[in-house]
Amino acid sequence: MSKLTRRNFLKAAGSTFALGSAGLGFPHIVGAAKKKVVVIGGGVGGTIAAKYIAKADSSIQVTLVEAKPYHHTCFMSNEVIGGDRDISTIKFGYDKLAAHGINVVQDKAVMVDPVAHKVKTADGTTLGYDRLIMSPGITFKWETIEGYDEDAAETMPHAWIAGHQTALLRKQLEAMDDGGLVVLAPPGNPFRCPPGPYERAAQIAHYFKHHKPKSKILILDAKDKFSKQGLFTQGYKKRYGDMIEWVPGADTGGGVKAVDAKAMTVSTDFDDHKVSVANIIPAQKAAQIAHDADLTDDSGWCPVDLGTFESKKHKDIHIIGDAGIISGLPKSGYAASTEAKVCASAVVHHLHEKEPGINSYANACYSIIAPDYGISVVAVYKLGEDRSKIKKIGGGLTPSDATPEALRREVHYAYSWFNNMTAEMFG
Amino acid sequence: MLHKVAREALLFCVFMLLPFSTALAGETASPSMLSDTCLGCHGPGGISDGPATPTISGMSEVYIIAAMLAYKYDNDEDKVEAIIEADPDLEDVEFFARTSTVMDRIAKGYSEAEIKVIAKHFANLPFVAAEQDVNKKQAKAGAEIHENHCEKCHENGGSSAEDDAGVLAGQWIPYLEYTMADFESGDRAMPKKMKKQMKDAHAAYGDNSVADLIQFYAGQK
Repeated sequence: MSKLTRRNFLKAAGSTFALGSAGLGFPHIVGAAKKKVVVIGGGVGGTIAAKYIAKADSSIQVTLVEAKPYHHTCFMSNEVIGGDRDISTIKFGYDKLAAHGINVVQDKAVMVDPVAHKVKTADGTTLGYDRLIMSPGITFKWETIEGYDEDAAETMPHAWIAGHQTALLRKQLEAMDDGGLVVLAPPGNPFRCPPGPYERAAQIAHYFKHHKPKSKILILDAKDKFSKQGLFTQGYKKRYGDMIEWVPGADTGGGVKAVDAKAMTVSTDFDDHKVSVANIIPAQKAAQIAHDADLTDDSGWCPVDLGTFESKKHKDIHIIGDAGIISGLPKSGYAASTEAKVCASAVVHHLHEKEPGINSYANACYSIIAPDYGISVVAVYKLGEDRSKIKKIGGGLTPSDATPEALRREVHYAYSWFNNMTAEMFG
Repeated sequence: MLHKVAREALLFCVFMLLPFSTALAGETASPSMLSDTCLGCHGPGGISDGPATPTISGMSEVYIIAAMLAYKYDNDEDKVEAIIEADPDLEDVEFFARTSTVMDRIAKGYSEAEIKVIAKHFANLPFVAAEQDVNKKQAKAGAEIHENHCEKCHENGGSSAEDDAGVLAGQWIPYLEYTMADFESGDRAMPKKMKKQMKDAHAAYGDNSVADLIQFYAGQK
C-alpha cells in the first residue's frame, strides 16, 4: 500500500484517531452480557482511560460520569493568570467522546457502592459496573489555614482547580495598583502539580514586569524545597531580578497559617502581611467522593496497586490521577495520562480474564517562566519488582546551562504538549 | 539433568527468536504499552497537533532507532556504532549526531530492545500531514530546490519513509526550522551528501534557500 493511498484513506476516514495507535488486540467479548466500565471524572485520567478502553475493545460499554459540561485544564491556566492566554483556550467540552463509543453522563456521581458494584448520580440514575475507574481529582483541607474556606477563596483565590477561580485571580491582578504585594502560599507535599505555584509566580512577574513593575511577589512556602527549584530560581533572577522572593517554610514556621480575607492580611507564625492579592493554595486530599466511597486511608489519599491502580480497599475499583497514592510518580497531568493508559490496559485484560503485561510509565512536565523561556522535567518509569514503587529508569531536568534557543524551543514544545494532551483527552 | 535440558531448550529458543523478533518474548512491554507513553507530546496515533513537536508515525524504523540511539548515548559515536555492530537488526542504522531539548533525557529511559519495539510500532502507523498555512511563493521556489538537491534522498517530495531519511513533507514549520537551524549550526550532523547538496543549493539559490525549502515541505500533503 503506497503512502499516498494510506493518507487518502485516512482523510476519507475523517478521523486521525480511528487509525490511531493499535489497540490491545482483543477480540470482542462474545456470549456473555456486555461488560460495563464506569469512569468517574472528566479530567486527564478519566477521559483518557475511557478512550483507551473503548479503543482497545469496542464491545465494552464505557460510561463517563462528569458533572461539569466543560473542563478547564489546570495546565496552561498559569498563562491565563499571567495574561498571555485567554481562558477560552483552556476550556474543552466532551462532545467528541461519543464518536469513540463513550456514553457521557453529564451528572454528578454522588454515591459509590463497592459491594453492589453501583454508582449513583445526583438525578437518581444508577449505573452498574464490572469495573469502576475513578479519577476524581482533589479537594482542599480548608481547616489547615485559619480563616480560609470556600467563601474566603472568593476573595483570596486558590486557583488550583481551573475555571472560575483562575479568572478571579487574573481579575484581581489586573485590578491591583502598581507597587502592590502579592502573596502566593504553596502547600506542603503532596499536592497537585508540584511545579505549578512556582510557574505561577513567574507568570505573574511576567505580567508585572510589563504592566506593574513596582509590584512584588512573595512566596510564603510551607516547604523548604520545591520542584525544579534550581531552574526556577535561575529563571526568576535572569528575567525578573528580585521581583519574586521565595521564603522557605523553615523561616516562617511552615508558611501561611491564617488569613483574614476582610482585612486582606496573611499570617505566618512570625509575621502578618497586608496584601493586595493573596493566592492561597491549601493542603489537599482526594476529592470527597473517594472518601465517601471508603477508598482513602489516613493520609487522605487512595492506596492502590501500582501495576493496575486497583484500590487496595475495594476490589474492581481503580483510582488514577491526583487522588491516588502513586509512589514514584508526581501528581502531574502527564502522570495522570500514563496512569490512565496503564489502568485501561489492566482493566481490559481483567475483563478478558487475562493477566496484564509489563507496564511502562512516563512523565513530561513543562513550566513556562517567560514567553521565550521554558523548562521541563521528564522521566520514564517501570513498576518495581515488589510493586511498592514506580521506579524511574531515565529522565531529568532541563540542563542549567541550556542555551537561550533551547529554552525558547521548550516553550513551543510545551504548547505542543498542551495541544496533544488535550487531543488525547477530548479529541 | 533437567536443568541442562531446560537451559539448552532456552538457548535454542533464544537462537531461533533472535533473527526474527525485535525483542525476546516477555522482555519488553507490548508495542502499544510502550508507544502510548509518547502520545501526550507526539499526539494521538503519533500524529502531532503541533505547533512544534513532530509527527513520528510513518517515519522509518531505521530513522527512529538512529535518532533514539543518538539521544540515549549523548551522541557517543563509538558506543552507538558498537551497538549497531552487535545487532543484526540494526544493520541499516547509521549514526548521526543530533541535539534535542527533552528527547535525550527521555531516550535514556528505554532499552535498545524497547526502542526497536517503539520504532516498529510508529513506522507501521500512517503519517498525516499537518494542516498549516505556507507562503506559496516560497514553497514554489522550495519545490525547485528540492527537485534539484534533495529529492534523491528525500524521495516523493520528502514524504517517503522508505528512503530512511526523515519524513519532511507535512511536518510542522517550527520543527523544520529547528532541524534546519541545527544542521546549519553543526548541532546536528549532516550526511556527507547532504552537506554538499546544501552548499550547492546555497550557491545556486542564495540565502533564502532553506526558508524556501521549509515552506515547500510544510505545504506537502
